[in-house]
Amino acid sequence: MLIKKPADIKPSEITDKSIYDQRRKFMQAGIGLTGAAMVPGLWLPADVQAAREKMKGVVKSPLSTSKKPTSYKDITSYNNFYEFGTGKGDPVKYAHTLKTTPWTVKVEGEINKPGNYHFEDLMKGSSLEERIYRFRCVEAWSMVIPWVGIPMAELLKRFEPNSRAKYVEFTTLYNPKQMPGQKRAVLDWPYVEALRIDEAMNPLTIMAVGLYGEVLPNQNGAPMRLVVPWKYGFKNIKSIVKIRFTEKMPSTTWAEAGPREYGFYANVNPKVAHPRWSQAKERIIGSGSIFTSKKKTLMMNGYEEQVAHMYKGMDLRKFF
Amino acid sequence: MSFPSIQLIKPLVFIACLGPFAYLLYATLLDPEMLGANPVEYLLRRTGDWSLRFILIVLSVRPLRQITGKAVLLKYRRMMGLFAFFYVTTHFSIYAFLDLQLDWSHIGEDIAERPFITIGFLAWLLLIPLAATSTRAMMRRLGKRWKSLHKLVYLIAILAVSHYIWLIKKDLREPLIYAAILIVLFLLRTPYVQRKLA
Repeated sequence: MLIKKPADIKPSEITDKSIYDQRRKFMQAGIGLTGAAMVPGLWLPADVQAAREKMKGVVKSPLSTSKKPTSYKDITSYNNFYEFGTGKGDPVKYAHTLKTTPWTVKVEGEINKPGNYHFEDLMKGSSLEERIYRFRCVEAWSMVIPWVGIPMAELLKRFEPNSRAKYVEFTTLYNPKQMPGQKRAVLDWPYVEALRIDEAMNPLTIMAVGLYGEVLPNQNGAPMRLVVPWKYGFKNIKSIVKIRFTEKMPSTTWAEAGPREYGFYANVNPKVAHPRWSQAKERIIGSGSIFTSKKKTLMMNGYEEQVAHMYKGMDLRKFF
Repeated sequence: MSFPSIQLIKPLVFIACLGPFAYLLYATLLDPEMLGANPVEYLLRRTGDWSLRFILIVLSVRPLRQITGKAVLLKYRRMMGLFAFFYVTTHFSIYAFLDLQLDWSHIGEDIAERPFITIGFLAWLLLIPLAATSTRAMMRRLGKRWKSLHKLVYLIAILAVSHYIWLIKKDLREPLIYAAILIVLFLLRTPYVQRKLA
């Protein structure tokens, strides 16, 4: 039997450089993405259509895994971002309506320097690092993702948290016009996630702004999103517009939607099953064929060495 | 119904019912890209969809016959039932062979501990005696008991729809459409509606 192995990108899908440049100008004019979306066939596939902007000065990190990254296409066309629909193909289809410039982030709570910060200002003073991390969804699939971002600790310290700052809460943009999935009350919008301050300050935790050395695509949480690689995907909140430092543990979206199914910690743990599915194994996206078996899920998604100390003495079955 | 004859239409219906399976088989063997980033999940979802659809089609036959008065519809019910069994079996096989690679301890744990899998598995088990007794000879042999045995299809339909509802994290629109259709099919069987249709 002959099994055809398709090329990553078919020649017919590659956009001519001149058309690409035209489209860039078109988009800079401010009507681009919606305009392109109205012309059938012009905006799909997203990986060649959306403005792919290379980032400069990205340095490699020793914290990266040596595993082969999942393809750009799979990372950007198969994910959950309920703000654009509950199907995993929805974000790539509908995220073009999100406007990421200008972008302001409100920072408040137990800090000395609250305020509204421009995205560009938040990025100043930290160098961009490439962090190739494993990513494990609570639905038992996983990817290897080459994020670009800045260490969260560097960012958060600039706001000068005080001694009462025990937790950091993040909030996603709420704008049903730009995020059509928010028109239906699938979740209690806006999406909120939070970390304990030591988790947020852990060297592994980053604020991601890029992917594959390029500006983060809208469907993956542009312009900035949280990445905590030892936790299930839903903790990695996207398109952040608010950061709040609190003394009490904030209540978070999924933990509220299903308190028995999603906990505050949501650390990847093969020994603690989700009530409706096992977490013992995972399907690695884009690896092999349908006959490839699932892989065993690692404790703390393989980051046990770097993070286990934060949970010493805690009953991980109780604090799931 | 005289023309076109049932001898002509029945094979066409049979081929049409095989369509979704043929499509998935083609994609799996010749063009896996069609199955997207998570092919096994895709195959599970699609065969699950068609399982549910055929179960609901089976239950639509009687009300449709009553409404349209076309008795010929009854001649397709067995085929629809067997296709339901075929798609559920394919669905379960993909789960057991491709998703879990016959890891029996995992399969056993799933069936024992995850209610949505328990009821899905139960629905498949209950379909087996129905498929096995679907021949004319078995109908004759079982007589009256055949009818009571095949009433299990109502329970199977409830299990199947619940299986779908239970597996969804959020956004129940699609499973609730199936649930709504099932409720309508049940309502059409109530004595009140039956009197009106008679």
